[in-house]
Amino acid sequence: MIKHLRSAADLDAATATLILDTAAEMAALSGREVKKLPALRGRTVVNLFYEDSTRTRISFEAAAKRLSADVINFSAKGSSVSKGESLKDTALTLQAMGADAVVIRHPASGAPHRLAEWVDGSVVNAGDGTHEHPTQALLDAYTMRSRLGRLDGLKVAIVGDVLHSRVARSNVLLLTTLGAQVTVVGPPTLIPLDTAAALAEKTQVSYDLDAVLPDSDVVMMLRVQTERMQDSYFPSAREYSRRYGLDMRRMRRLPEHAIVMHPGPMNRGMEIAPEVADSPRSTIVEQVANGVSVRMAVLYLLLGGK
Amino acid sequence: MAQPRADAPSKIILEGSDLHRVVDRIAHQILEKTSGATGTVLLGIPTRGVPLAHRLAARIHAFEGVEVPVGSLDITLYRDDLRLKATRALGKTELPSGGIDGLRVILVDDVLFSGRSVRAALDALQDLGRPSSVQLAVLVDRGHRQLPIRADYVGKNIPTALSESVKVALTETDGADEVRLIGGLK
Repeated sequence: MIKHLRSAADLDAATATLILDTAAEMAALSGREVKKLPALRGRTVVNLFYEDSTRTRISFEAAAKRLSADVINFSAKGSSVSKGESLKDTALTLQAMGADAVVIRHPASGAPHRLAEWVDGSVVNAGDGTHEHPTQALLDAYTMRSRLGRLDGLKVAIVGDVLHSRVARSNVLLLTTLGAQVTVVGPPTLIPLDTAAALAEKTQVSYDLDAVLPDSDVVMMLRVQTERMQDSYFPSAREYSRRYGLDMRRMRRLPEHAIVMHPGPMNRGMEIAPEVADSPRSTIVEQVANGVSVRMAVLYLLLGGK
Repeated sequence: MAQPRADAPSKIILEGSDLHRVVDRIAHQILEKTSGATGTVLLGIPTRGVPLAHRLAARIHAFEGVEVPVGSLDITLYRDDLRLKATRALGKTELPSGGIDGLRVILVDDVLFSGRSVRAALDALQDLGRPSSVQLAVLVDRGHRQLPIRADYVGKNIPTALSESVKVALTETDGADEVRLIGGLK
């Protein structure tokens, strides 16, 4: 088993499948009276969050607690980081406290890779800048597999703000490793030529959502990340929504069995219409529940053994 | 504990129909000791406890027409040596639809050795419900207990040295029915 999960590229098909299979066993726990397993008793998991997060942080916290690990939550706000402490000094502090795993979210791409050089424990990337978010990709893959029964040969459209999306990057890496055919769709400003060229090895690139929908098993809508946008990438929210938003009319172009995903948080009415987000085809709430099972699997497989 | 080398000499203790007769005898003992196996659930411990539990249920059904629910109980996450070995893949835990609350649970495993697996199974069981009682059925008891645990139903007692190992093969998992004692022989 691997020691860190910094990138979806750390996972080969066998390891990724082992994580998904383990998650399926962990999922059975949520139906039980005692939702706790003793596997990580006495181990310490630190949630090190330099960026705001709701679902990822509580999901990791729930996962670690259900495996009986001790959890220390650290958010940059209200810590010595606001006094100017560097990531390295924070890492050395955690090291001295004996953290067995550090779950890190950081606005700088590559922060988990640096952190792994400074701590002895396992490092799990919970989102670094616009780079990667591997556990999100794992929970998305898990959701697709449990809804549609397979990943191999599945046609997946990833739509929207590809440029700023760590979710898109990790999903492209993981899904192609597992045999899915991925098409990224968005306005040319959000899939610029260099990004398109980098993706072209593994995926198809399209600028026309309506053309891609009829041949998709999964459509994954990305959040438009206005907080990362220093330039204007499209004329108006309304125009973006008209060209690349998923409304009821567009959803009807999808095949009967297709599912609609969104990593959250959603901009309702922008990339996804509220009726679509709340429709039975949407797996958005399921994705959150699956996130806990997948993160339990990751923590167990990284920390459970020798 | 020390494992015998792969090329160590080995001896077949049980095979084919002998093994079937041993399973039949355990099924009869269960029927006798539980007054007809009512209110009873068989839980196999993966890997080989699970097919054994199914075989016992099938034999009990053949002898007395009683349907005994069968499930599986994975103990991986409850093992006391989890941290001493490389990470293990998980097995399946599947309880029968009627659950285990208030029922007599019979744990089924292939080999009883140190007793540590059974200890883990008892812990796992506690998180799943509250059986009225718990019993243990094993195909082979090879001795060398490290915990105060004993089996209620034993297919065969095999006296062993610590340097030996007992390997159970079943058609469902290994393609043939056989119990083999490996190592220690000259």
